[in-house]
Amino acid sequence: MLQSGEWAYTDKLKEHFESPKNILQGNDTSDFDGVGMEGNLQCGDQMMVAIKVEKEKEVISDCKWKTYGCASAIASTSILSEMVKGMTLDQAFNVSPKEVAQELGGLPEHKIHCSVLGDKALRAAINDFYLRNGMIDRVKKVQARTICQCMNVTDHDIEEAVLEGARTFYELQEHTKISTVCGLCKEDAEAELEKYKHLHFGV
Amino acid sequence: MTYRQIYFDHNATTPLHPEVKKEMVSAMEMYGNPSSMHAFGREARANVEDARQRVAAFMGAEESEIVFTGSGSEANNTVLSLFVCGSHQCFSGMRPTILTSRIEHPCVLETSQCLVHRGVDVNYLDVDRYGKVDLDQLEDRLKVGGVGLVSVMMANNEIGTMQDITLISSLAHQYGALMHTDAVQAFGKVPVDVNALGVDFLTVSGHKIYGPKGIGALYVRKSTPYCPFIRGGHQERGRRAGTENTLGIMGLAMAVDMRALEMETEEIRLLGLKEMLRRGIGERIDEALFNGHPVDSLANTLNVSFPGAEGESILLYLDLAGIAVSTGSACASGSLDPSHVLLATGIDAERAHGSIRISLGRDNTVEDVEYLLDVLPGVIERIRNMSTAYIKGGAHASVR
Repeated sequence: MLQSGEWAYTDKLKEHFESPKNILQGNDTSDFDGVGMEGNLQCGDQMMVAIKVEKEKEVISDCKWKTYGCASAIASTSILSEMVKGMTLDQAFNVSPKEVAQELGGLPEHKIHCSVLGDKALRAAINDFYLRNGMIDRVKKVQARTICQCMNVTDHDIEEAVLEGARTFYELQEHTKISTVCGLCKEDAEAELEKYKHLHFGV
Repeated sequence: MTYRQIYFDHNATTPLHPEVKKEMVSAMEMYGNPSSMHAFGREARANVEDARQRVAAFMGAEESEIVFTGSGSEANNTVLSLFVCGSHQCFSGMRPTILTSRIEHPCVLETSQCLVHRGVDVNYLDVDRYGKVDLDQLEDRLKVGGVGLVSVMMANNEIGTMQDITLISSLAHQYGALMHTDAVQAFGKVPVDVNALGVDFLTVSGHKIYGPKGIGALYVRKSTPYCPFIRGGHQERGRRAGTENTLGIMGLAMAVDMRALEMETEEIRLLGLKEMLRRGIGERIDEALFNGHPVDSLANTLNVSFPGAEGESILLYLDLAGIAVSTGSACASGSLDPSHVLLATGIDAERAHGSIRISLGRDNTVEDVEYLLDVLPGVIERIRNMSTAYIKGGAHASVR
């Protein structure tokens, strides 16, 4: 007979999947101070994060969420919602997917992709709070930077390719066609590749 | 509620039939090499040939037309690779195009993809919303000429849809192409007769019919061009090198014998269970969308989508309740794309991500089905409750 403990995921992840924390009940987010949503159903992952903020201190006092996605998507949004309570907006804005994965005790490599939307949705919620409170100067947009002019490949495309499994420059080219025309961006592209490999996989 | 474990994933693999297990346990004592001339070898040889005769008989073939392989995947690779070899060297008359369908098993699709790099043209036939191959497209493509092989699976592993192989074979032959069918899912579930089907090649596998893993068989019609995929030995009349897997071969033959005894009544029973599931799911869960052909489908296979709920989550919440199913969601597969079969039937990616496959087998009972029907509605409700799918967009513009 199977041993029920032998999951592809860590115990911590299983715990947050079995009993997710802070799910938004219903669809009403009007009580919240900032709401953000990322991903889409066609891709198989979508996350929505809603925050309440103590305005003077700029501290997150509550965080609720909804997620359409797999076990690691559900668990990573759940644990993220626990992590950010009590954080300042600036602290919360800088939570990385790697920290979320670490908090879960690690994720299988092909599952990292499913967990990066939570922090993006959180940043969107924080920006939404700034917008609603007339703090447009505080809105931090992470603009995409074009790395490869020939094939119009941005740093976000590189990040996406890394999350989809690209580890070498050749694999990156297979995913994005980057640097396949003039080749001038190769060094820049390699640096971005290393950056995202390190950011998401610590390698 | 006491903890139960119920297996509803028989299209992935099946438990050994008790008779197969018994046969294999006793066969473990026999270790002779069937190629040896002494008594040890002769005993093994006799058993292998006896098994070959039983497997052949169950599909209306002759013993000499059966090649034992290491798996169904190997048998499929053999047929497709025979073809690439044939187009260049062994059979120079062979025509350089393969026609297959978009819903084949990856061992056919990926091998075909690889053949493209080796100079073969591969065309993929579309299927309709039930998963039936477009026969007009097939004939149109055959008319153009140059097609050397048509390879269409008999029953689909994910949605259970059956193809009209007899008709496809006759069309293929009418235009001078050879015909292969991957019958891994159909064999042992519905009658398979190579002559009624009119195929030149047919693939079967042991572990889908309560036999052992690591054994498959390829039917090769007499005097059909052939070239071994695994070389370096005279075994299987020079058609597949490597010392015979005596244990697996005997297990496969026993599994076939058991299917011959049980298949007919078993399939009627499973069809009853499937209809009970279909009805129960439809009644108890809002917006349950069934995939595949409503009638022309394997009796044991039910594929259903629950929009707003993602398949891997469904699979794992069911797993926590002791129920084993599979899913067409991308997340469970390790890739980022949902089931190519479901997408080929024209449904959208969200519906494919939200699909599960329930595949029944000989151990499943009415009580098992009732348990699933008790558990599943709560699982879907729970997942939908935490899903973003029901939030109407608008105010929350996404900001990167």
